[in-house]
Amino acid sequence: MADDRKKLSMTLGESLRQQGVSRRGFLKYCAATASMMALPPNMVPAVAQALEKARRPSVIWLSFQECTGCTESLTRSHSPSVENLIFDHISLDYHHTLQVASGDAAEAAREAAMHENEGKYIVVVDGSIPLANPGYSAIAGISNLQMLEETVAGAAAVVAVGSCAAFGGLPHANPNPTGAVSVGEIIKDKPVVNVSGCPPIPTVITGVLAHFLTFGSLPELDALGRPMVFFGQSIHDRCYRRPFYDKGLFAETFDDEGARKGWCLFRLGCKGPMTYNACATAKWNQGTSWPVESGHGCLGCSEPDFWDAGGFYNALSIPDSDLTRKTGYVVGAGVALGAAAGALNRSTRAKAAAKHETVTIDDLDKKS
Amino acid sequence: MSTSIDFLLWVRGPGFDIALFIFVVGVLIRLLEVLILGRKPDYSEPRGAELGAGLLTLVTRTAPEGGSFKRSPFTVVGGYIWHIGFLVSLFLFVPHIELIDSVLGIRWPGIASNLVDAISAVTIVTLVAMLFSRLSHPVKRFLSGPEDYLTWLVTFLPMLTGYLAYHRMIDPYPLVLGLHILSVELLMVLFPFTKLMHAFTFIIARWYNGAMAGRRGVQS
Repeated sequence: MADDRKKLSMTLGESLRQQGVSRRGFLKYCAATASMMALPPNMVPAVAQALEKARRPSVIWLSFQECTGCTESLTRSHSPSVENLIFDHISLDYHHTLQVASGDAAEAAREAAMHENEGKYIVVVDGSIPLANPGYSAIAGISNLQMLEETVAGAAAVVAVGSCAAFGGLPHANPNPTGAVSVGEIIKDKPVVNVSGCPPIPTVITGVLAHFLTFGSLPELDALGRPMVFFGQSIHDRCYRRPFYDKGLFAETFDDEGARKGWCLFRLGCKGPMTYNACATAKWNQGTSWPVESGHGCLGCSEPDFWDAGGFYNALSIPDSDLTRKTGYVVGAGVALGAAAGALNRSTRAKAAAKHETVTIDDLDKKS
Repeated sequence: MSTSIDFLLWVRGPGFDIALFIFVVGVLIRLLEVLILGRKPDYSEPRGAELGAGLLTLVTRTAPEGGSFKRSPFTVVGGYIWHIGFLVSLFLFVPHIELIDSVLGIRWPGIASNLVDAISAVTIVTLVAMLFSRLSHPVKRFLSGPEDYLTWLVTFLPMLTGYLAYHRMIDPYPLVLGLHILSVELLMVLFPFTKLMHAFTFIIARWYNGAMAGRRGVQS
């Protein structure tokens, strides 16, 4: 514990030198971090300076109604790697999934981190919070809502990792049986950064933390509270298959000639045009590939309510309902009503004809 | 949380259902009440066939009559440009074909999206020019009522929002896509109850003119 505290008081530069990291290695790392955050090369010295002087902030990671996919994603981060992040960048003082076997000791670590770093620590949340009944999700006997409110009270900022924490995600999907809500719907008095995605791109999770460390502030956010640097452009705008969309060349099945030639996946349900994320540029699995590159359309997982946004394999322009059946009913109703209107018109005409009195010249003479 | 996605989901879900219902039922009522009413039987001996003349008139009336072209070339040419541009954008843009396939189960090949884009730009400019001409030409202005401006607006909005959506000129994208779909729904709702119905009734009118002339053995 005393060692840990000493480590915590060291700057990142001191800590790295202690671990035998060379100046050259450190600058290379800074350049990689700066490029990931889309900063110009002349910012690298500033990043290096900031990171060298930065003290490792305490991070408390809370997992609520989630599937651990976000943690799985984070542990596959390659730049900076999760080891980098935990050992060099941050002091991950509590992560209930990783510490599950520690029981009460883990809870004690969380409380200790909160007291020692009052007002300075970062809370990372994955998973949504059930409001319908606190019993739906509790950790160590503490409801998710209570734990979130308690932990965030003394935090500097909150990072909502994954679509569940950012927008409610799968637990929030219609009919939302647990009354799941996002972090942002509960926490109003602290800055909340939404790092959405199901799961989010690992380098995006670590990038947000690296930004906080470098600049001591949160990155610029979009209307949905997501960092602009990663969520500023749509999948469609950065997609390498975009020229095929413009040319009108679309794959119609997953194994037709168009699919083999890498044509646009719009017809197969790609939600790229409405999805804002960095998949097309940051890619996955150490920059190996990303869903569209591997031949599957984007599911739109970094957008709110993507579970309820219609079939994953329906084109974005198709409305979300059983239209063929409904069209049948509507045509039936239209024909019936049209026939009724026609019949009404005919009867009006027949009545008018029946009422019509024939007038002869003699009749007119009589009247005058 | 009310977001642009919620808006998009509404216009793609319940909003589209409502618009589709009003459009289909409205169009069918208006067509059937005309067709079922029928006309008085004509007991005169026909001097020619109705069928050929009726079909021919459907086509021939598409070409402008020489006199009207000489009198108002701008109206005729502008009218052709935007009608064709509108139909091309509506029926040959691949995302629209997907929609039609999902509703009617029929499909056809589309054209390149950037070609549709260029045609849409021309159509939008032409529609604005047509409005300007309607407002500035004293006779056209005198002949125009509120319904003319309303039908212009509901025709123009889908083109404009579609162009904005294609070029992603409004952020976030779900908002502009939602606005585009909403503008089309407005068009669908007003369609059966305004002169926009001419998109269907022109067939009846031309057929009747042609068939009537054919029966009498005269040129229509």
